[in-house]
Amino acid sequence: MTQEIAVLMEISAPTLDYRLLAPVLIVFGAAVVGVVVEALVPRAARRLTQVVVAFAALVAAMVMVGVNASAGTRIVEAVGSIAVDGPTLFLWGALILLTGLSLLVFLDRDVDDSPFTPSAASVPGGVTEQEAQEAGHAHTEVFPLTLFALSGMLVFPAANDLLTLFVALEVLSLPLYVLSGLARRRRLLSQESSLKYFLLGAMSSGFFLYGITLLYGYSGTFDYAGIAEAVLNPTQPAGLLIAGLGLLGMGLLFKVGAVPFHSWTPDVYVGAPTPVTGFMAACTKIAAVGALLRVLYVALGAARWDWQPALAVVAVLTMVVGAIMAVTQTDVKRILAYSSIVHAGFILTAIVGAHQLGSGAQAGAVTSIEAVLFYLAVYGASTIAAFALLTMVRDRGVEANNVSDWAGLAKKSPRVAAAFAFLLLSFAGIPLTSGFIGKWVVFAAAWGGGYAWLVIVAVLVSVVTAVFYFGIIVSMFFGEPAETSEVVEPSIPTLLAVAIGIAVTFVAGVVPGPLLELAAKAGEFVR
Amino acid sequence: MNPLLTPLETATPVAATGVTAWAWLLIAVPLVSAGVLLIIGRAGDRWGHFLGTLASLVSAGLAVTIFVTMLGLPTEGRSQSVHLYDWISGGNWTIPLGLQVDQLSVLFCLLITIVGSLIHIYSIGYMAHDPRRRRFFAFLNLFIAAMLLLVLADNYLVLFFGWEGVGLASYLLIGFWQERPSAAAAAKKAFVINRVGDMGMAIAISLMLATFGTVTFSGVNAAAAEASPATITLLGLLLLWGACAKSAQVPLQAWLLDAMEGPTPVSALIHAATMVTAGVYLVTRSHEIYAHTEWASTAVVVIGTITLLAGAWIGCSKDDIKKVLAGSTMSQIGYMMLAAGIGPAGYAFAIFHLVTHGFFKANMFLGAGSVMHAMDDDVDMRHYGGLAKYMPITFATFGAGFLAIIGFPFTAGFFSKDHIIEAAFEHNQVIGILALVGAAVTAFYMTRLMLMTFGGKKRWRDDVHPHESPLVMTIPLILLGIASLGGGLLLNNWIGGWLQPAVGGGNVEAHAPSLIAGFASPIGWITLAVVAIGVIIAFVFFGPRKDIPEVAPATRNPLTVAGRHDLFGDAFNDAVVVRPGEALTRGVLAVDRGGIDGAIHGFVGLLGGLSVVVRRLQTGYVRSYALVMVVGAAVLGGVLVLTQLS
Repeated sequence: MTQEIAVLMEISAPTLDYRLLAPVLIVFGAAVVGVVVEALVPRAARRLTQVVVAFAALVAAMVMVGVNASAGTRIVEAVGSIAVDGPTLFLWGALILLTGLSLLVFLDRDVDDSPFTPSAASVPGGVTEQEAQEAGHAHTEVFPLTLFALSGMLVFPAANDLLTLFVALEVLSLPLYVLSGLARRRRLLSQESSLKYFLLGAMSSGFFLYGITLLYGYSGTFDYAGIAEAVLNPTQPAGLLIAGLGLLGMGLLFKVGAVPFHSWTPDVYVGAPTPVTGFMAACTKIAAVGALLRVLYVALGAARWDWQPALAVVAVLTMVVGAIMAVTQTDVKRILAYSSIVHAGFILTAIVGAHQLGSGAQAGAVTSIEAVLFYLAVYGASTIAAFALLTMVRDRGVEANNVSDWAGLAKKSPRVAAAFAFLLLSFAGIPLTSGFIGKWVVFAAAWGGGYAWLVIVAVLVSVVTAVFYFGIIVSMFFGEPAETSEVVEPSIPTLLAVAIGIAVTFVAGVVPGPLLELAAKAGEFVR
Repeated sequence: MNPLLTPLETATPVAATGVTAWAWLLIAVPLVSAGVLLIIGRAGDRWGHFLGTLASLVSAGLAVTIFVTMLGLPTEGRSQSVHLYDWISGGNWTIPLGLQVDQLSVLFCLLITIVGSLIHIYSIGYMAHDPRRRRFFAFLNLFIAAMLLLVLADNYLVLFFGWEGVGLASYLLIGFWQERPSAAAAAKKAFVINRVGDMGMAIAISLMLATFGTVTFSGVNAAAAEASPATITLLGLLLLWGACAKSAQVPLQAWLLDAMEGPTPVSALIHAATMVTAGVYLVTRSHEIYAHTEWASTAVVVIGTITLLAGAWIGCSKDDIKKVLAGSTMSQIGYMMLAAGIGPAGYAFAIFHLVTHGFFKANMFLGAGSVMHAMDDDVDMRHYGGLAKYMPITFATFGAGFLAIIGFPFTAGFFSKDHIIEAAFEHNQVIGILALVGAAVTAFYMTRLMLMTFGGKKRWRDDVHPHESPLVMTIPLILLGIASLGGGLLLNNWIGGWLQPAVGGGNVEAHAPSLIAGFASPIGWITLAVVAIGVIIAFVFFGPRKDIPEVAPATRNPLTVAGRHDLFGDAFNDAVVVRPGEALTRGVLAVDRGGIDGAIHGFVGLLGGLSVVVRRLQTGYVRSYALVMVVGAAVLGGVLVLTQLS
């Protein structure tokens, strides 16, 4: 008995470097504090308290990212579960800043007209909803929910073993399922999208876990470095590896929104409250692509001849199907949803290229990691601004998202029309916008990696995307003004978010050097 | 090989230090000011013109500081480069953004910012009653920024940005009074003709990238010697093509006369002193290219000579005071082109004349604006007469400009034009004689303008009350008047040596600078004689005693008819470009409708059709989404297995 206790006593608590993990811990802690605030702070002061807590946490976390980056430490922390390296720090910075940008849009309007329902639990159109509306209630839980999601997103691309990866996936997904169902208008649609997201997410988690199991069976470890070791010196049949990486990849590609695992994207993007859509399109994509990149490059890098062709097929499907589907859409929000699918395809081309120093890239050339990091950051900023602009065109208080409602917008509000047109030009990849530079670097990485044919397909798809982007622009500037829709005066935080998003899009298009250099300095993953 | 075409030694730029490293502020200040003025809206109506003027003055101050700093440097350190950043840098292809501050560009900076500032100040008075004055100043600032970018760029691509920027600003300012259909049409015409020229520039830049792999001035200049003669000639002709459109040289000259629809300060700044000289700047900057192609440099000389005569001809037959000046501008830029085409010996003269012309032509345009101000915006000289008594300051300053342009001894034009005529004679007797004829005609039409406006009897209507302009307008006139008289004297002995490292020119010594050069050679005396003849003829026909009819007399004289119709420039454009263009367009349209449009519409239709089919997968049912995922998983698994088998 005593011996057993002695054995148990020998398991010492792991030593953690709290400074390195601080960004995650601060965000997670703030989310927990937010829950306490919901319980203890009176309703009148809740919103302000939540906003202060959330932004304070983001600022503190960002400071710690900066401290860690300048310290230059690049190691695997927390008993091998979290890798704090260049790409991790870059992605953490991007995630925290873009979440801050999203939260600005969350603040849109005062409580009476916020994008979120006053009472999510009540039946849409029911009496309790009416009462909550009149009482001026608001779901201030959106702030802690967003922070919980963010903490999952922070861990997701930094995870260095498969179990941490899975936990992070669930931590980031569950709050998003809830957030998707909180729209104030068209609540049935919103709830439906929430349920769809949850069901399909659960199913993809199944694939994901099965993949983890098979990879464990193949390598005998969850650790990325261990798996990489097993790939080099296999002891088990290759079938286990192939099936495992396939299933794991499907789970990740689901979150990325790649075809054929994209079906949820348009429905959820349209149903969710628009600020949440912006948050998902920017931050979920960053976290998921980051995780995919690390799993494929660190754990499965030696098996890249196995996954590159399959991923190339997925990239082509994603670009082509996304673009083709968008052509006949009549809803601006849905077009942006499909556009986000196409952009996921463009990002995948660079990942397929696997153009790294270790795989034949010359010093100074654009590497895949650099290209993907740059693309994610600038695309995130543009996307949040674009979805923020969507909230400004309304028909009797409800967002008017039909392309016909946007016709002739330039005559009603030249500023909104010009801003949206500029972002669309960036999405289409026109020079002097960040979209052009982003496309340039991902295509350069794919080309350098020997996937010239994939770049040619991608450029052709870019041309197709111009059909629907320019369609919106033409309609906004040359169409007859729609009678029903109006442009509402945005709140100052929303305006700020749009201004920042556009500034990033412009500056990163004209002076891309500093950001590209930052991405290049992020360098390689640690193992 | 022609001795004038020997390869040149040009200083290589060194990295900028001190105040020169801040040269980008020259561009940034007016650009930011333009942005502020445009964005701020009505709130800035009361102080917008002051901000605009201040921005221009700040740039001028900085330009002077940079110039003075450069004066203190040894010759080889004067050419400095300011590397801003690399726009795109990937693999072996880098597009740098940088500025080159050297003897040539700093002269332009001074001209643009100082004359620009004076015109800003003048405009405060001239545009005082215009409800959109703030916007006018925003466009002026935009122009200053773009023009400075054009002359400060260290490569052709950045220069092209400035090139397009001044084109845009010019378009906006010509059409500033957009409610007038003629102004809108003139703006459109300028825009379209400039697009034609831009095509030449764009092709030239692409050709440089393809042949040399670089577009920087230093890179192209260094590589020019090794390029094949055909390429270099083509490059020279393409650049000349671009220069012709911007500098209103035959055959792309037709827009400049119409551009006078813009407010007069715009005509002074853009269509006389600065923008239209960009073509001369381009040719001078590309001196290394023209040094290696006799064909292209001869083309420059020929175009310049034709234009200097055509412009003078038009100047003789117009009654609209601004159009006379516009014709004269064409003609004077023709002189500069001619000088630039001559080669190393001519570059410094071209730039010298460009600077003095900037002074006296801006002066005369602003003077014309002052007269129009007094005459209720009437531009017909037949309605003027005897204004000297009513507008003494304007008369005096205009007189200074007049003396300068005809080349009266010791005024600015006397030095600068004389050099060009002499260099022309040295280059080729025929060209020299034609340049001399141009000088005589210039003297004739300028005297005619002076006599019809300020001399003779008053011919204006009773409800017109001429008066001198306010101080804010006359002070810039006085300053420019002084520069018109003394500018040549000041620069003559200095400018050749100053520019020599930037533009090459081993033969400068052959033309030892001398204040009395004009009297030292027979050509100088002959020039003075023909100028006197031109003045006398004008006095004979338009002297103070002569009656000048209110309406231009009908005439069959083909020379006059041609001149009044801008030498049929529009008809020429119509016949050579517009009508064949229209026919071509119709043809292309037919092909387009049937073939390309069909293909595009077909393609979009196909996409739409595909889209409708693929859309069926997006049913909205979770069960079918899950099925898509499973099928997708199977497909992916299939690909993975196939990869293993292969």
